Amino acid sequence: MAQAVFTANEAREWSAPRWRPRRSTVLAFAMLAPSLLFLALFTYWPVVQVLWQSFHGQIRVGGPQAYVGFDNFLKLFADPAFRKALANNLVYALGTVIPSLVLALGFAMALARSSRVNALFRALFFLPVLIPLVAAASIFLFLFLPNVGLLDYHLAKLAISGPNWLGDPDIALWSIMALTIWKNAGYYMLFFLAGLQAVPADAYEAAILDGAGPWQRLRYVTLPYLKPTIGFVLVIGLLNVVTQVDHVFVLTKGGPSDSTNLLLFYVYQQAVENYDAGRAAAGTLVMLALLLVVTASSLRTLERSFGEKDA
Amino acid sequence: MSAATLSTGVSTGEISPKLGYAATLLIAALWMVPFIWMLVAAFNPESIGAGMASLVPSYIPTLANFHEAWASADFPRYGLNTLIITLGILAVQIVTITLAGYAFARLEFPGRTLCFYLFLLQLMLAPVVLIVPNLTTIAKLGLYDSLMGVMAPYFASAFGTFLMRQAFRAIPRELEDAALIDGASVFQRIGFIYLPLAKPSLVAFSIVSVTAHWNEFLWPLMVINSPDLRPLTVGLASFTRGAEGAQAWGVIAAGTLLVSAPLLIAFALFQRAFVNSFVSSGIK
Repeated sequence: MAQAVFTANEAREWSAPRWRPRRSTVLAFAMLAPSLLFLALFTYWPVVQVLWQSFHGQIRVGGPQAYVGFDNFLKLFADPAFRKALANNLVYALGTVIPSLVLALGFAMALARSSRVNALFRALFFLPVLIPLVAAASIFLFLFLPNVGLLDYHLAKLAISGPNWLGDPDIALWSIMALTIWKNAGYYMLFFLAGLQAVPADAYEAAILDGAGPWQRLRYVTLPYLKPTIGFVLVIGLLNVVTQVDHVFVLTKGGPSDSTNLLLFYVYQQAVENYDAGRAAAGTLVMLALLLVVTASSLRTLERSFGEKDA
Repeated sequence: MSAATLSTGVSTGEISPKLGYAATLLIAALWMVPFIWMLVAAFNPESIGAGMASLVPSYIPTLANFHEAWASADFPRYGLNTLIITLGILAVQIVTITLAGYAFARLEFPGRTLCFYLFLLQLMLAPVVLIVPNLTTIAKLGLYDSLMGVMAPYFASAFGTFLMRQAFRAIPRELEDAALIDGASVFQRIGFIYLPLAKPSLVAFSIVSVTAHWNEFLWPLMVINSPDLRPLTVGLASFTRGAEGAQAWGVIAAGTLLVSAPLLIAFALFQRAFVNSFVSSGIK
């Protein structure tokens, strides 16, 4: 008896109208299908593949792929070139993101008021953003050229003999960083220009009435209002640090002696030049972990601006 | 040097702008040096020698370096490839992001939140980082060494989808309801009501997408093997390597100018649209 009631209830639960998907559901998934297909192929599947590959390898040369545990990671971290690339990437991150952020804020504050001259200068700072990183590198190749290059030629007029900008392992990474700052500061400036428009004018007036100096106005009025913008620019800057290595390819190929090698370039080398799939996969996984750490911090912002909960 | 001048620039920013302003203009001049050199060197009748470092033209400008660059690399072919890649990606993206954007903006369905996070994942894991596994996929699909192989990973865009979703949401539902009563199908409603009204967002997305893929280097470098299929960036890199060996700096400058010019000209023509779309881009 009880059994019969139970099955009757269950039957009602699973009866047709609930079971058959609604029309709008079918339509929605049909519309999402093209995107989901490409996301599956080129975002989810590669992650699965990298996870699998980083724990597998050939135990003997030419042998089949077998589970090797953390072997790839141990080899990866034992490789001085990888450790160098990781350390370089950290220096590169600090040495490019912070100066470009400070410069971008400075540019934006100086050029915030709209006038024809300011618009021109804003455009000038924005030009490097538009050219390919490879093109920028081609120009800087001559800039950094020893003796007859742009820098050395003009330094020589001041009786200064410059270092070997790209050839000296202690200097090369800093030269690359200079190029990155030049390329990106104008991009970040745009966000600060937009952010500054949100600072109410009476906030400054009140600060001036209270006798606040320029530093105090920056510290207590401008920066608090720009806090979300600074966070946002920081995330984009850190993403760029991991994902953009074209200039390394043109200028130094990671050399001399790996002094300018960065993670993505290292992974590229492992995959394309050394054919070491396991190590490339392990390296990719390290980068993915770094990206997740960076973007997870901005997840709240992304959810708010794009998410289901509308502000 | 710049740090010291800059700190005054920041501090005096809005109210007593003189010093900070002067510092900014000074840095702007410094910022222009690479471009000025590119122009001066590109139109130089010479291409080699000590005079190449000059920033002041002391010659009658010629197109000799452009001829040389044009002859030593197939720039028209590279340009065509880049054009096919950027426009091909954009065309497919507009279809995928419009459909997905509409689904997120106007349809109720189970698993919506899950789908949202699935899309969000693409924003968090930049495609560039996945070049190595994606190359395997492209090879398995038989797309290695083809322009389609360069384009395919970018056909879905979470950023574009979310941008379209925002734009569609801002459009009053009454417009769609009126069309519905007139018997318009869902695709007609999207084509005649949603897309025209979402044009600013579409333009913003298009500029960001085209700029990003016009300038892309590492991924096409890995996918493309035949010289005929190289896009501009890959062509320029190999051209630069060749000319660097010959120390032909004027030719390198001319080639670089050729590759950079299209976007620079587009920016000069549509400055406001470019700036607005880059501000809205943030995370691609």
